[in-house]
Amino acid sequence: MSMQLSSRPNPQSDWLWHLGLVAFVALWWLVYQQLIAFSELVTALFPVDRHSHTGEALAFFFYDVPKVMMLLTLIVFAMGVVRSYFSPERTRALLAGKREGAGNVMAAGLGVMTPFCSCSAVPLFIGLVSAGVPLGVTFSFLISAPMVNEVALALLFGLVGWKVAVTYAAFGLSIAIAAGWVIGKLNLEGWLQDWVRDIHSGATAPDPTEDAPLTLVDRYHLGIEAVREIFGRVWMWIILGIGMGALIHGYVPEDLMARIMGADAWWSVPAAVVIGIPMYTNAAGVIPIVEALLGKGAALGTVLAFMMSVIALSLPEMIILKQVLTLRLIAVFIGVVGSGILAVGYLFNILF
Amino acid sequence: MEIKILGPGCAKCKATAEMIARVAGEAGRDVTIEKIEDMRQIVGFGVMTTPAVVIGGKVVHKGTVPSHDQVLDWLN
Repeated sequence: MSMQLSSRPNPQSDWLWHLGLVAFVALWWLVYQQLIAFSELVTALFPVDRHSHTGEALAFFFYDVPKVMMLLTLIVFAMGVVRSYFSPERTRALLAGKREGAGNVMAAGLGVMTPFCSCSAVPLFIGLVSAGVPLGVTFSFLISAPMVNEVALALLFGLVGWKVAVTYAAFGLSIAIAAGWVIGKLNLEGWLQDWVRDIHSGATAPDPTEDAPLTLVDRYHLGIEAVREIFGRVWMWIILGIGMGALIHGYVPEDLMARIMGADAWWSVPAAVVIGIPMYTNAAGVIPIVEALLGKGAALGTVLAFMMSVIALSLPEMIILKQVLTLRLIAVFIGVVGSGILAVGYLFNILF
Repeated sequence: MEIKILGPGCAKCKATAEMIARVAGEAGRDVTIEKIEDMRQIVGFGVMTTPAVVIGGKVVHKGTVPSHDQVLDWLN
């Protein structure tokens, strides 16, 4: 990130920023405590019975929308600040020449921390591979980056609970590590597109442009920028997702979901993975639906598998990767990651 | 002044081109903006994040839409 932010030393206004941040978090906390009261108040404004289907759906919607928006603001800001300590160039330097194994673990972790958007996936992929990062290690990075993202974690935390959020993060990282390791063992370097292989064997990476050190206030700015950008991208998905979730919550009968997405239906996990692949939404759209499905008796493993498949195996991403990977390699990628998701789905259905 | 914008045609790449054209117009600078969308060429500049801005063969910016002041800085 070559943001030339003014790093002028100005202790006085810096203190204003720090104090402002503390005040904001305190205010945030106070408002957050009032959300149930708020949703009941708003729902009461509608001419419907609170305990009717419509009343339930409305209360669900007016509670979840502000809750998710607030959690997202705080978590995205925090991640924006943390990510300002990382950059794709630094990640590349850390991963270059790393062995499989430890390299996969590190790559999966860096995938969460490194700031980049999906439109940069191709240059990033090539940047890593051409600098001598093993293919499997590169895949660990590319799998964990979209799967374990702050939007998914914020929504899971807020809507489904911290236990599921932590489990999701742990298993998301495990899949990224394991799938990358397996792909590395298969020695598929020959299945890259020809032009990518040429870069791989020949040219070395040019010097990364040197960045001026950022002050803490600069990093706050980057956090605010991240909040603005992510909200611009996901606010509609969140409202749509929570709207869908509210409808499911209010109208779908209890036993229907338990029957088709319950733990007893063995085929529900693979079905969830397959249905998830062509679905293109992001964490923001899918998690509110997940919450509602869980409430209607769907099994946690099945629902997690669905979510991971929607987020990690998306068709548009395949189309982007098609520029650098041959179809055979993409098929292996889907196969390996898909198997990992299946395993997680079944494991959860057995455990919980 | 010749300015190249590297990026696969994403929203931020367009925003970058618009920003540079706007600032150049305001400052009365004569610039030619060339958009490079071919991935092989983009990668050839060694950037890992797009959009990136190249002036005089040198990568001056990458990863984000540059700010008004940054662009003004380059033009001077």
